[in-house]
Amino acid sequence: MSATVTPPVVFTQDELGWVSWIDPLPEAELTERHFNGLVDRARAKSEYFRLLVRDPEVLEARTKTDKDIFYNVADGLPRAERELAAAATSRYNGCIYCASVHARFASTYSKRREDVQRLLDEGVKADLGERWNAVVKASVALAATPIAFGPENIEELRRAGLDDAEIVDVINGASFFNWANRLMLSLGEPSK
Amino acid sequence: MGTTDIIDTLAGIEPGSALDAIRARRLQARENAQKSYLSLFEPIDASEFSLVERAAIALFVIGLHREPNVTAFYRAKLAAAADGARLVEVVEAEIGRGETSGPYGAYPAGPLSAENTAGLIYRVSAEGKSALGGRLAAAFEHAHLLVFRPRDAASADMKALLAAGWSTSGIVTFSQLVAFLSFQVRVVTGLRTLAAVNA
Repeated sequence: MSATVTPPVVFTQDELGWVSWIDPLPEAELTERHFNGLVDRARAKSEYFRLLVRDPEVLEARTKTDKDIFYNVADGLPRAERELAAAATSRYNGCIYCASVHARFASTYSKRREDVQRLLDEGVKADLGERWNAVVKASVALAATPIAFGPENIEELRRAGLDDAEIVDVINGASFFNWANRLMLSLGEPSK
Repeated sequence: MGTTDIIDTLAGIEPGSALDAIRARRLQARENAQKSYLSLFEPIDASEFSLVERAAIALFVIGLHREPNVTAFYRAKLAAAADGARLVEVVEAEIGRGETSGPYGAYPAGPLSAENTAGLIYRVSAEGKSALGGRLAAAFEHAHLLVFRPRDAASADMKALLAAGWSTSGIVTFSQLVAFLSFQVRVVTGLRTLAAVNA
């Protein structure tokens, strides 16, 4: 299964593939229970989701958590900064695949592609301006084990202009990528 | 759903509080974080991954995060699981052996190698292994990798789990469990910190 994998060796905003190290379910074996777990039927084409759908109930709940945290932008943090929290968390944990996807989204929604690229190239200490620095720093503090997030991160986010609803979005977005990164990093590998 | 929301409980979010109102605006996220917890700890099918195994791994993973409230919750869960009480002390001894700070690990060889950071490669003690059994011992070693150095994960780690008796579907649920707990403990800590700043 892994004969053709060319793993990327740097963080990038390019589109990458992902190859599973263990067997996904074959598309032909998916039942209605599995399609419910996939939430979007089109995900049956993805090796990653056909692997996770081996536990359809967990996948369904996880996918719906993910969608609300990132796509429900009726209020709270702008989408670009939720994606920045995801990209920074992925950069810090070392998930080249997740970082590529969410850096790309952060660039699309913020129109700050060069700043996003500096986060990928220089790492989480890159100077991206007060507001983005506060989001990145809070995300990194949350990703550390033991967790290093404290009142000083909240004060910094407030000084940068975030209200409590927006701070909760940073907490949710960054925390969620500690979930996503661990699946992507441990069940397979990215491919150029 | 009628069940106590675990994140609200562990973060100390009171009904009617400002944070309760903020969480209510992300109802789908709140309800599905709870459903994720329930599908992992009260699954419709535990044949590939038993309830006591889930509780033991949860206490180990959360104990490594050194968050006392959340650790107490999962300690009680293991103590209440069938055949779980005898494992509490064993798991706590392993937490003590596994404590360190992350994330660390190695990148694919190339420019990022300059960022490689060495750290503890945890192995279950001989006493731990005899009390936990080979299947759980392999799971603890893998869970430690996922908690502290996920970027070190390799295909050989999947082979080790399969060799220790884990099925492919069992590995998926086990990976979800560790990854979900990594999310849950961070949301709880983040929200608890915000609530404390506002108090």
